[in-house]
Amino acid sequence: MTAYLLKRLLIGAATLVVASVVVFLMLEVVPGDPARVMLGMNASEAQVELLRDQMGLNQPLIVRYLDWARGLLSLDFGKSYTYSVPVIDLIRERIVVSFPLAVIALALSTLIAIPVGLFAAARRGRAGDTAAMAVAQIGVAMPNFWFALLLVYVFAVWLRLVPAGGFPGWGAGAWPALKALILPAVALALPQAAILARVTRAALVEVLGEDYIRTARAKGMPMRAVMWRHALRNAMIPVLTIMGLQFAFLLAGTIIIENVFYLPGLGRLVFQAITQRDLIVVESVVMLLVAAVVTVNLLVDLSYALVDPRLRTRQ
Amino acid sequence: MSLLEIEKLSMKIGSLSLLKDIDLSIAPGEVLGLVGESGSGKSMTALAVMRLTPAHAQMKGRISFNGIDILGATEPQMCALRGDDIGMVFQEPMTALNPVKTIGEQVAEGIRWHTRASRREAEERARKILDRVGLPEQKFALSRYPHELSGGQRQRVAIAIACALKPKLLIADEPTTALDVVLQAQILDLLKELVDENRMSLLFISHDLAVVTEMADRITILRQGTVVESGDTARTLSEATHPYTRQLALASTHVPARVRPHVEEAGADNLLDVANVTRDYPGTRRSLFSRPEPVRAVDNVSLTMKPGASVALVGRSGCGKSTLARMILALDTPTSGAIKFRGLDIAGRSEAELRRPRRNMQVVFQDPYGSFDPRHTVERLVAEPLHLLERRPDRKERRDMVARALHEVGLGRSDMEKYPHEFSGGQRQRLSIARAIITRPKLVVADEPVSALDVSIRAQILDLFAELNQKLGVAYLFITHDLTVARAITDDVLVMHEGRIVERGKTSDVLSQPSTEAAQALVSAAPDLHRAIARRLQEQG
Repeated sequence: MTAYLLKRLLIGAATLVVASVVVFLMLEVVPGDPARVMLGMNASEAQVELLRDQMGLNQPLIVRYLDWARGLLSLDFGKSYTYSVPVIDLIRERIVVSFPLAVIALALSTLIAIPVGLFAAARRGRAGDTAAMAVAQIGVAMPNFWFALLLVYVFAVWLRLVPAGGFPGWGAGAWPALKALILPAVALALPQAAILARVTRAALVEVLGEDYIRTARAKGMPMRAVMWRHALRNAMIPVLTIMGLQFAFLLAGTIIIENVFYLPGLGRLVFQAITQRDLIVVESVVMLLVAAVVTVNLLVDLSYALVDPRLRTRQ
Repeated sequence: MSLLEIEKLSMKIGSLSLLKDIDLSIAPGEVLGLVGESGSGKSMTALAVMRLTPAHAQMKGRISFNGIDILGATEPQMCALRGDDIGMVFQEPMTALNPVKTIGEQVAEGIRWHTRASRREAEERARKILDRVGLPEQKFALSRYPHELSGGQRQRVAIAIACALKPKLLIADEPTTALDVVLQAQILDLLKELVDENRMSLLFISHDLAVVTEMADRITILRQGTVVESGDTARTLSEATHPYTRQLALASTHVPARVRPHVEEAGADNLLDVANVTRDYPGTRRSLFSRPEPVRAVDNVSLTMKPGASVALVGRSGCGKSTLARMILALDTPTSGAIKFRGLDIAGRSEAELRRPRRNMQVVFQDPYGSFDPRHTVERLVAEPLHLLERRPDRKERRDMVARALHEVGLGRSDMEKYPHEFSGGQRQRLSIARAIITRPKLVVADEPVSALDVSIRAQILDLFAELNQKLGVAYLFITHDLTVARAITDDVLVMHEGRIVERGKTSDVLSQPSTEAAQALVSAAPDLHRAIARRLQEQG
């Protein structure tokens, strides 16, 4: 078990290193000079050169990478080119929007998907199953930004239950802030829930064909108890895997959704930074998202061992 | 008055009729053997009693258990019966237990469910019953998971689950079919004891007449969903008045007529030379820093085979016989020692170098269902080994070769276009034999080739093996735990135990007078129909 844990940690760390190299190099090859962007179109060649020197852009690639990587480790991400404030401050300001949004969306999609999957699997082949899976199919096919607009139209414009966009800040109280996150979270969660429900159903249907389900039935347990006590936990491995993989899509989705709902989150920060060639912000936020995905997948790997005792003894 | 009474039970799924007018009864404390070939409806009858039949099954007739009308009972009534008054043990111990729950939880669960006992009480009762079935807590803690137990131990847990509440009726559906003979004998003894102790009735389902004879007071023989004959076990089987009963009895003791292939015994070079072969596997790591102790699967084994010989490699499951076979087939490399096939050392060779030896040795596996790609035609499946030939045959040659191989195993040229699912289990095993002989190999390794087959099919396949041995001069290495197969079709036998070959010699000598403990255990545990009938008749006087 310790060996398993260590191995997973090492793989996670290695992934981060590789990702940092890729992110760094990718932004190196993107056209556009940050110094020129900062100084505007009318700046002279000499001024640009001077700023490039100041920003350290003229140093060799490897030196700049190492500088940047060292900064990342000590949470010193450098200064934003456009805002001239430390990147860490920008991130701190934005993460209080994006992190709750991601957590709510993930929780929501799990809370919807697993009961729907159980429901459909228990009625497999019957009308309830067909209907649930048809709805899920629509959810899979629907792009989340379009669904977001639909939600805004129905709940904000028409029913006027929640704001259509913007974020009042946590200072305005928990409820108004949460209210502003509800629609974006639903828009993110439902397409994910649709996929997860289908995976849950498929995993359960497969498990229900196993011999140990028959053994449990032969003990005299009703189908419902067998589902919860025997089938669900065995079906969790594929469900957890998909949840881990989906988390990356969830983060990518926040970039779009935050723009649709005008939320001051990390997604919108990175989007703006890209258009403004604020490379240092892009690099930092992308690395943060990579770290989040790696952490979530590490947790998924550990949860396998919690779910399945066979993985605890094997290495 | 009988405890279980089935009258005119019929079952249909869609338009397919699975059971037709089944009549059967079991008195309290009685053991009834339910015998038949696969698809005869044995398991469906048992599942009907539990009302665990597939969802779309339509049933007619009457099942009455202890005065309760099973087919008319509500689902909650059935839940109250299952596990409490009727316990059931299934065939496959490896998959019958939930892999993510401890054995203690799984045994205690049914007890808690039915008796509303507290967790502690239920655990205490689980501990007692596990101890009773031979899993004492000191050695098998309740916190163990199924994967930490062997097949035989898992079947004991399944029996503990079924018997935890001392049911009035125990149903055992092929409970020992997946186990080796020694474990089979132990599990059968355990079942007998439990039935006697708790005065349970037992519905014992098996395809093996010898096993049923040892267990059952009365038998009911099923064929294609109907009852063929039913009565006192010993009388029914010894008199064998019904033609189908006679056919079953004959098939299960069938010995093919064999003519030894013409091989110059003394002068011939060895076909196979295995010298001091050992195979170690990495063991499980105890801690992060210590090197794991290797597990020795095959320990210093030497053997030789002459061309055309028929040799049995027998032993209990886990004794290393399949590992040895894999090394002989060059699918695995020995840790030390040498394997020579037709004079060529095959250990550690590249696939290109192995082409010639591979052409001359082929394999037949146990499971005729799992060893074919369901999306390939028979022509493609049987022609598979032809890529090993020196010169690739063209399409017409290939078809001719497939047709000839099919003809040799008793199938027709027209079968070439079919897919595996269109064949029965016995026919599929013929297909695997056709695939094995198409390259005219000198050696065929057969790993439990008939243990998944019904007795009558099994007799036919044994005949086929015998015929091909004579016709093609192909040598066989039969890997089996079933001594009747060894007796029926081999000249020499090697008895393997814990990685070593502990006894070897002429099959008839070794099996009639085994000298080592391991061989004696196998021989005495092997069920034998004639012996079992004689014993029963003697008991009845």
